[in-house]
Amino acid sequence: MKQLAAIFLIGLMMIGISSFKYRATKSSVATTDTNKWPAKFGFGHPVTQVEIDAWDIDIRPDGKGLPIGQGTVSKGRAIYVQKCVACHGEGGKNQVEVKTIGPALISDTVLKARNKTIGNYWPYATTLFDYIRRAMPYPQPGSLTNTEVYSLSAYLLNANHVTADTIQNAKTLPKVVMPARKLFVFDDRKGGPEIK
Amino acid sequence: MDKKKYPKISRRGLLGGVLGAALLPVNKVLAKRLPGLIPPDDPTKSPGRGTSKLGQRSKYENPVKTTSDISSRTPLQDMYSTITPSDLHYERHHAGIPDIDPAKYELMIHGMVDRPMKFTLADLKSFPAVARTCFLECAGNFRTGKEEMTPQDILGLTSQSEWTGVMLSTIFREVGASHAAKWFLAEGSDAAVLTRSVPMYKAWDDAMIVYAQNGEAMRPEQGYPARLLLPGWEGNMNVKWLRRIEIGDEPWMTREETSKYTYPVKDKIRMFSFEMDARSIITYPVYPNKIKSGYLEIRGLAWSGRGKVTKVEVSTDGGKTWLDANLQGPVLSKAHTYFRHLWEWDGTATEIASRVTDETGYVQPSVQQLADARGTKAGGYHMNPINWWQIKADGSVLFKPE
Ligand code: HEC
Repeated sequence: MKQLAAIFLIGLMMIGISSFKYRATKSSVATTDTNKWPAKFGFGHPVTQVEIDAWDIDIRPDGKGLPIGQGTVSKGRAIYVQKCVACHGEGGKNQVEVKTIGPALISDTVLKARNKTIGNYWPYATTLFDYIRRAMPYPQPGSLTNTEVYSLSAYLLNANHVTADTIQNAKTLPKVVMPARKLFVFDDRKGGPEIK
Repeated sequence: MDKKKYPKISRRGLLGGVLGAALLPVNKVLAKRLPGLIPPDDPTKSPGRGTSKLGQRSKYENPVKTTSDISSRTPLQDMYSTITPSDLHYERHHAGIPDIDPAKYELMIHGMVDRPMKFTLADLKSFPAVARTCFLECAGNFRTGKEEMTPQDILGLTSQSEWTGVMLSTIFREVGASHAAKWFLAEGSDAAVLTRSVPMYKAWDDAMIVYAQNGEAMRPEQGYPARLLLPGWEGNMNVKWLRRIEIGDEPWMTREETSKYTYPVKDKIRMFSFEMDARSIITYPVYPNKIKSGYLEIRGLAWSGRGKVTKVEVSTDGGKTWLDANLQGPVLSKAHTYFRHLWEWDGTATEIASRVTDETGYVQPSVQQLADARGTKAGGYHMNPINWWQIKADGSVLFKPE
């Protein structure tokens, strides 16, 4: 019994000491490591231009990234009917009676609440090529040839009354002036009390 | 009791060793009888079930996400604190959840860099790691229109996790990213090959590439094996299943930052709204709770993409007066913050709401203030209005669509 009491007392003292220690060091918790970082860790491996080209599919508004080749409105219309119409509607227009899986792709060039799409809402024509090539048709993304994507872009721009051009390629596409371009502004809010 | 002192009579040893043989048939019977069936009247009078390789929720608790084809929503009204259990994290994807073999996974970084490189998952995990707790929220996180709506229905496209990974600045330093670069493109390896342009200053500030969520490998729904994490910024930019980063000097103007995630503000269309504005919602009492007069604790969540929550006020009289709620500490930057406010309900009909202030001095606006500032065609992105709940005299609670 006495022995137990002694152990108990020592135990209490130890708790006391350790909690004192904890309090003493609490304000100086180490949050930075001791050793300095090297200029390089040496993890990862360099890639070749071939590897980069295999994945680098993005296209910028200035046309950087657009591949060679070209497409026509008439070919685009034919591909659209074959590969896109099921989800995006006949002639691109969303019929009121039929609910399509994808959004309408053809409307007018004036911004209205209904059917915000390429002609009245998209600020850059290059986005059309980039997006169709990477993501459409939805069930088989990445399956279209560059010629097919140029043709679909040509068709959709034409059908939206953005341009009367019947051919699109790396030179023409960045030059297409999109009606909605002038409407887009960068968000300039920075926090603070103002509601904008 | 010190286990080391009594190794031979641990509970496990007792059951498995000395008496195991004798008890086995009984154990088997119990194991079959106990889980999933009617609980015993007195749990102290028969041994409970054994251990398991994977834990489960109590069979009496059943929080679930609500799902559509393209998204699922977190049951915010079921949360007692700020960490969202990983299996309840909201989802939004543009072409489904890809199945990515971690052994084959690679992240490529190229463009305005000294050394274009690829990193395996093991490479990413080798870099000095950091853990950060912050919220994610879809930019289109607001639904309204009827009274029978729960917090989950209204704004369930937000969740919070503790994320572990590597600072993007560490990786950018490794590849020798140009300090003259202004933007980078992040690309996913889902079927949408989703891309977003991100300003470089975020990379040098607090952006991360994360591979773990709440202490374990990240879930496929959240971007397994690795995703971009931009604390406080709209969900869509936190590109999941990250496979490529290109560093450049201007934005790419991808479909997700032009046709989508932009919104009319009066006669213009606003783009590149990065930060999620400060927001709060009461999560108790809400539809379909029924309350009784007397004391109750109003509870909820508040957060800001621009930093810390500094104040949450609660009104229980339809907006005539606002009182400070108690914030559960520690309050983290760009993180869900739990608030509580004691209320004695006298049994009369009223309306209750919360509104948050963040450290920039921004105060969560009303629906009317947002409409005044942006026009009525502002659409569904970046809407963060104060939400009102109607308390009826019979104690029922309904959302107030505005
Ligand atoms: C199986 C249905 C399906 C097919 C077939 C399909 N799409 Fe789509 N498309 C969709 C869906 C769904 C979306 C919306 C995806 C999202 O929300 O991210 C979409 C979106 C788009 C958009 C973006 C619209 C916008 O306003 O942002 C374009 C452009 C597009 N598709 C073009 C095409 C083209 C061209 C084809 C034919 C080659 C095609 N699609 C075939 C389902 C389909």
